[in-house]
Amino acid sequence: MRARLPVMLQLLPAASYLVLIYAFIFLPVAVLVLFSFQDGTLPVPPLRGLSLRWYEAVFSDARMMESLWNSIAVALLSSFLATLLGFLAAYGLARHRLRGAASLQWLLMAPLSVSYLIIGMGLLITFNSFGIPKSLTAIGIGHVVINLPLAFAIVYSQLGAHQANIERAARDLGAAEWQVLLLITVPLIWPALIAAFFLSVTLSWDEFIIALLVSRFEVTLPVEIWSMLRSGLNPQTNAVGTLVFAISMLLVVLVETLVLRRKRSG
Amino acid sequence: MAASIDRTMGRPAARRDGLRGWLFVAPAAVWVVAFFVLPLGIMGLYSLWQRVGGKLVTSSPSLDNYVAFFGRDYFLQALTNSLEVTALTTVISILLAYPLAYILAYQVPARWQRLALILAILPFWTSYVVRSYSWLLVLSEGGVISQALLFIGLTDDPISFANNRGATILGFVHFFTMLLTLTIFANLVQISPNYRRAAADLGASRLQIFLRITLPLSLPGIMVGAFLTFVLAIGDYVTPQILGGNRELLMPQTIMLQIQRRADFPMASAMSLVLMLIVSAVFLACARWLKMERV
Repeated sequence: MRARLPVMLQLLPAASYLVLIYAFIFLPVAVLVLFSFQDGTLPVPPLRGLSLRWYEAVFSDARMMESLWNSIAVALLSSFLATLLGFLAAYGLARHRLRGAASLQWLLMAPLSVSYLIIGMGLLITFNSFGIPKSLTAIGIGHVVINLPLAFAIVYSQLGAHQANIERAARDLGAAEWQVLLLITVPLIWPALIAAFFLSVTLSWDEFIIALLVSRFEVTLPVEIWSMLRSGLNPQTNAVGTLVFAISMLLVVLVETLVLRRKRSG
Repeated sequence: MAASIDRTMGRPAARRDGLRGWLFVAPAAVWVVAFFVLPLGIMGLYSLWQRVGGKLVTSSPSLDNYVAFFGRDYFLQALTNSLEVTALTTVISILLAYPLAYILAYQVPARWQRLALILAILPFWTSYVVRSYSWLLVLSEGGVISQALLFIGLTDDPISFANNRGATILGFVHFFTMLLTLTIFANLVQISPNYRRAAADLGASRLQIFLRITLPLSLPGIMVGAFLTFVLAIGDYVTPQILGGNRELLMPQTIMLQIQRRADFPMASAMSLVLMLIVSAVFLACARWLKMERV
């Protein structure tokens, strides 16, 4: 039996380490959020008072609002497509015996092992040599490439024997392939589909380098923020950064409550 | 393990009509071929061509771009810088993340564990571009650290801690400490406590238990995280561009300069492929650790 005090002393190093490392992790975020409310023109100390003027500046910045909607549209559409293609491929590979299934899986996962910079460069050069103009569509195409492997992997890992038996029962009862797919498989694995979709949305929403490379006049929010950074430290960047942080957190909470909570209870 | 048994038992249910299965896989496969494999191929072609006097010369394919890359100090320096920064980032991040993951996994009371983990990775969700900018608020001349030093009188003039290699590494370490904490934590909580108990019963000290049981068993978590750190850091353009400045360039910055300033797609392609080969080599070198099911 150890005395109580030594136990406390034993925990002290761990506790101090936690305090220090959390301080390190939160320092930049705290500064970012705090000085987004700066009532002055520089987002650094001293804090001259609190105001919402930089948030007003964000919302009245037409280019920024446009890029915000562009980001949302690109994220939703590309994630829908990535999830759809990933789901179909996962269904095909999990439910049918294909020759070359291993190499197909390898092919679908391959984009994960290459930097976004190189994927973006490849698309830029390819679009360039076929005379396809830079556009939001080009960004969306790139985002499907980076999200398809994740969507495929998530859905594939959830297509187990349990669902296969129910699908077989439906087929024995005369359901056509598309009926099995839509009425049996999709309802059974929808948490995986939602997870894949929201993960894709989160990644697309925040993706920068591909968007920078293959877009020109119409851009997404990260590219717009990037061009704002050139003007140096600016509380409006803090404000928009805080908003993006809030939206990303909202997405995470949404996934947590929609998908994980349900899985744990079910 | 249970999942993999289910999977093999599910196989008989799979049907043999290969053609129809192909129809399901085809859209995804076509997409990846058209927008990933083909672009890489075109980059490979471009890397053999040259840009001379603002024109693309395709008539005499050669390895000149690669020769130039490995022959010129400007390019080799960028590669060395990138490798050094990435290696330092990976090592420092592991050293910071391991104790955090360990404390979260074994010393934080169970009911606080989830909250503590979520808090530890919360800034993960700040925007990628804004994350580096936030560090600028801390490190730049008028920034938090400089002002704090002025305030307590350690310095008389504002000091900038940005625009150097240290700032780049700091920005990287901040992000990848969170990532590595996740992979190491996931590994640590899956190690059965029975191993540690058995070792303790046999008289092992706490240090021995850590060095001979916990650490070796958590190696897969470290390796997965370290690999992700390496791949993501070596290909990142934003962090070195914002925090490192232009005095010392890393590979992605040099590649972007080829594209944006010089429109030299052939050189940029050659450099990108070199970068890709390095990542592939690292992947193969630690492939045996990267099977996620071992984590």
